[in-house]
Amino acid sequence: MTVVGAGVVGSAVARELARYPALRTALVDARDDVGDGTSKANTAILHTGFDAVPGSLESRLVRDGSRLLAAYAADCGIPLERVGALLVAWDEEQLAALPALAAKARRNGYDDTVLLDAAEVRAREPRLGPGALGALAVPGESVVCPWSTTLAYATQAVRAGTDLHLNCRVARVDQVTGAAGHHVLTTDRGTLRTRWLVNAAGLRADEFDLLLGHRDFTVRPRRGQLLVLDTPARDLVRHILLPVPTALGKGVLVTPTVHGNVLVGPTAEDLDGPDAKDDTATTAEGLEGLRAQGARIVPALLGAEVTAAYAGLRAATGHEDYRVRAHPAQRYVTLGGVRSTGLSASLALAAHTLDLLTGAGLDPGPSAALPPIRVPDLGRTAERPCVRADLIARDPAYGTLVCHCERVSLGEIRDALDSTVPPVTPDGLRRRTRARGGRCQGSHCGAAVRDLLRRAGGTPT
Amino acid sequence: MNTSSTSTDTNDSTSDSPSGRSGGTGGTHRDVDVLVVGAGPAGLAAAARLAALGAGRVEILEREREPGGVPRHCFHRGFGTGAESVDGPAYVGRWTAAAERAGVRLRTGVTALGWTGPLTLATTGPDGPAEVSARAVVLATGARERPRAARLVPGTRPAGVFTTGELQQSVYLYRQDVGRRAVVVGAEQVSYHAVDTLRRAGVAPVAMVTEYERHQASPAHATAARLRYGVPLLTRTTVTALVGHGRLAGVRLRHSDGRTTTLACDTAVFTGDFVPEHELARDGGLVLDPGTLGPAVDMSFRTTRDGVFAVGSLLHAAEPAGTAAREGVLAAVPVLAHLAAVPGTHRAAPVPVRVDAPLRWIAPNLLATATARQPFVLRTARFLDRPVLQVAQDGRVLHHERLRGTAVPNRTVGMSAAWVRDVDPDGGPVRITVLGTTGGTPTPTEPPAADGGTDTP
Ligand SMILES: Cc1cc2nc3c(=O)[nH]c(=O)nc-3n(C[C@H](O)[C@H](O)[C@H](O)COP(=O)(O)OP(=O)(O)OC[C@H]3O[C@@H](n4cnc5c(N)ncnc54)[C@H](O)[C@@H]3O)c2cc1C
Ligand SMILES: Cc1cc2nc3c(=O)[nH]c(=O)nc-3n(C[C@H](O)[C@H](O)[C@H](O)COP(=O)(O)OP(=O)(O)OC[C@H]3O[C@@H](n4cnc5c(N)ncnc54)[C@H](O)[C@@H]3O)c2cc1C
Repeated sequence: MTVVGAGVVGSAVARELARYPALRTALVDARDDVGDGTSKANTAILHTGFDAVPGSLESRLVRDGSRLLAAYAADCGIPLERVGALLVAWDEEQLAALPALAAKARRNGYDDTVLLDAAEVRAREPRLGPGALGALAVPGESVVCPWSTTLAYATQAVRAGTDLHLNCRVARVDQVTGAAGHHVLTTDRGTLRTRWLVNAAGLRADEFDLLLGHRDFTVRPRRGQLLVLDTPARDLVRHILLPVPTALGKGVLVTPTVHGNVLVGPTAEDLDGPDAKDDTATTAEGLEGLRAQGARIVPALLGAEVTAAYAGLRAATGHEDYRVRAHPAQRYVTLGGVRSTGLSASLALAAHTLDLLTGAGLDPGPSAALPPIRVPDLGRTAERPCVRADLIARDPAYGTLVCHCERVSLGEIRDALDSTVPPVTPDGLRRRTRARGGRCQGSHCGAAVRDLLRRAGGTPT
Repeated sequence: MNTSSTSTDTNDSTSDSPSGRSGGTGGTHRDVDVLVVGAGPAGLAAAARLAALGAGRVEILEREREPGGVPRHCFHRGFGTGAESVDGPAYVGRWTAAAERAGVRLRTGVTALGWTGPLTLATTGPDGPAEVSARAVVLATGARERPRAARLVPGTRPAGVFTTGELQQSVYLYRQDVGRRAVVVGAEQVSYHAVDTLRRAGVAPVAMVTEYERHQASPAHATAARLRYGVPLLTRTTVTALVGHGRLAGVRLRHSDGRTTTLACDTAVFTGDFVPEHELARDGGLVLDPGTLGPAVDMSFRTTRDGVFAVGSLLHAAEPAGTAAREGVLAAVPVLAHLAAVPGTHRAAPVPVRVDAPLRWIAPNLLATATARQPFVLRTARFLDRPVLQVAQDGRVLHHERLRGTAVPNRTVGMSAAWVRDVDPDGGPVRITVLGTTGGTPTPTEPPAADGGTDTP
């Protein structure tokens, strides 16, 4: 069995398959780290699916995935905060649209929405800008750490026996037909023979499909730029503040993060051209627009320092649902068009993929319990190692701070470098520890961090 | 007068804890007379002076392994004055030695995390979490340069993007390879230090870029970079994007006439644009000055919290280390006065001092006493030729002053403090306004300055 793509989706699938010891599974990715594509650059919201297209596959998988991931996060120590969302209406038209959204939520199996009038909105979100006429509260919406999630899936899969191959782009797929039929994958790191194949290639799922002769959909990347605001802004925002949705997706929102920042974004820009799938650049218009829109929603955000800006690419296909399809004759499943809810749906998508595979004839054999894992809790509410007397007494490295802005100790960096899926770049290390992820962006600790990575054998470019 | 160890100890146990009680974080608790946070020039000088004047147990916390602050990684000469000018490590080596001689207890590798009482700080280090209570706290936590993202520079997020501080650490402390061709963003004093550091690391500085019409450094430095090292200065030019995946491939520029170019480079250094390292001040609820963003202080370095003082780059960044150290020395007197004062002595609400654009900030920015210990320092956002400054309170003009020469952005402008005695302690804020300037202040619509080559090198 081979899963192509170690984003949040492919990693979740590999983890699901890792429950079956008789399956030999490889998880391959072109990049040097898991979750280094779209999965590292999103808005980090665990959606309930309240606003999905009722009856769609996405609606069901987001709803189920949301519950599964919340439970999984609690098991593994993935930071998650159930802050709830407010869909804020800024004009009469938006206000009038709220009851329909509540009805749609019910059709998506979500019954807990509450309509709030202007005074109630202000009471719940005191820093909201002037002009909010009302809101639909969605208390089940949460924020989660996207990096820990992918990392937890991949770590658990690898500990259960999955082979993880990074820097391993699949360039070609050849079919060997017949009873012992299999696929021969030509990769950057040699050939890989596999009987079963899962396409979780994200933005490139269409291109990968083509390698197997399918032209079911085309991915047209939809860029989303985001601003990360410094931690003092966190006190200004209590909920995920969603706009009332428009034709172009979910629109710009303001949300707290589990790490203690505030995000403003994402934009929605359809990109074309040969390099579109790599175009994760932010733009001047994008960033200025986000600052202005953020300040309209919560005016006090204008005074906040910007910690980082980034862009992610949604794998849009022009269809209002995922493009998930099994090709039983090829023993092949495509997970395409997982656009803007893949983090939320990941665990349910993985379970669904297993169903599709068994439906196509896979006999996975008996299942075994996955080895339990814990990931470092990087959440703002967690007690960081640097304040734990017991830990530091055992190992002073936990009291030796390297990254001052995010209070990351030498012990945590060393643990990440020694881990099951170790980072090889400063950015990989940042996603595991938050080192260099704070307001100074490595001004103070960047050189020290690169030195630690170099000594661990990484490529600290 | 001093009871504690005189050595630089990173791993002392807390067995000498005077009170022995446990802190809120499960660690230990200590009491000292004066706690200084930050062992840069300002903190070292303050602690050395205080210990020498008999302040009692004086302790410095420094989060880095070595004391010294920024000069620790400044391997160029220019610290101290004239013939006595030395490089950064030598300069702070002297202050460290002075502090140790005076009996200061220097605790490196220890970070002050936040406040657990009005004069109590939570700390951590290899010995674990602890609380330190003091009778006076001196904040000397310095400043940092705004990184690329905080300046809202768009584009990709490649490797090879530094601030001067990170560049210097990479080159001097870790001997890392920092690239081949570099663009330096900024043309103030520190930007020229970045050029020097790049050259010493074997990196070709291909251009300096500034949005201003001229550089903002000393003429000697600027001339040397341009003529001797051949580094062109692109004035009135904005960095509009970084390009490249993995490693930086270039910076996109827009000149004042609207033309755009892309300079190929694998390194970019964002210099200057300092912000104070004010997290501790903010966490403690001290009032921050809206201009400097550091804690608001009066002429005795007193913040808005009784017993908490602030000195150095935290108040006004990027001045010579000697200025920061001098402030540390000057602050010793009011700190001692505080230690000697009867607790709970009434302190009148200070009068804030504010500036109007194009001025950016002034320090000190609170007036609590009618005695001036030091002149004011100001910053301007524009070049101002021999500007006339007016000082007024509640519409009453207190003072006029024509500054000599040109006030240059990113450089300190001094102003006399003689008018302070005329301030009404019960009045409103004092406002400093620019009344006019002699000569023209070039605006971005005028042709570029003579040294503003706009060609791509
Ligand atoms: C701006 C933005 C905001 C979002 N916000 C949210 C949110 O709040 N909540 C939410 O649930 N979802 C959100 N999403 C959506 C979510 O991030 C995605 O749905 C999810 O990350 C998709 O994961 P993936 O594994 O399919 O894709 P990816 O993470 O892109 O993984 C695909 C992987 O396949 C690899 N690959 C491709 N081709 C090959 C090949 N030929 N050989 C080997 N490897 C290959 C790539 O290197 C890549 O690592 C957001 C997305 C964006 C862009
Ligand atoms: C690139 C560069 C070149 C320069 N060149 C010159 C020159 O040639 N000549 C010259 O005279 N001046 C020069 N300067 C200016 C000079 O370095 C500064 O004026 C001086 O360092 C300011 O001293 P300071 O003590 O206020 O702050 P800093 O030197 O910044 O020291 C602050 C210290 O506080 C510590 N700290 C911060 N927060 C905490 C905490 N929470 N807990 C514990 N410790 C903490 C920091 O680790 C740091 O060591 C240069 C500055 C730069 C950036």
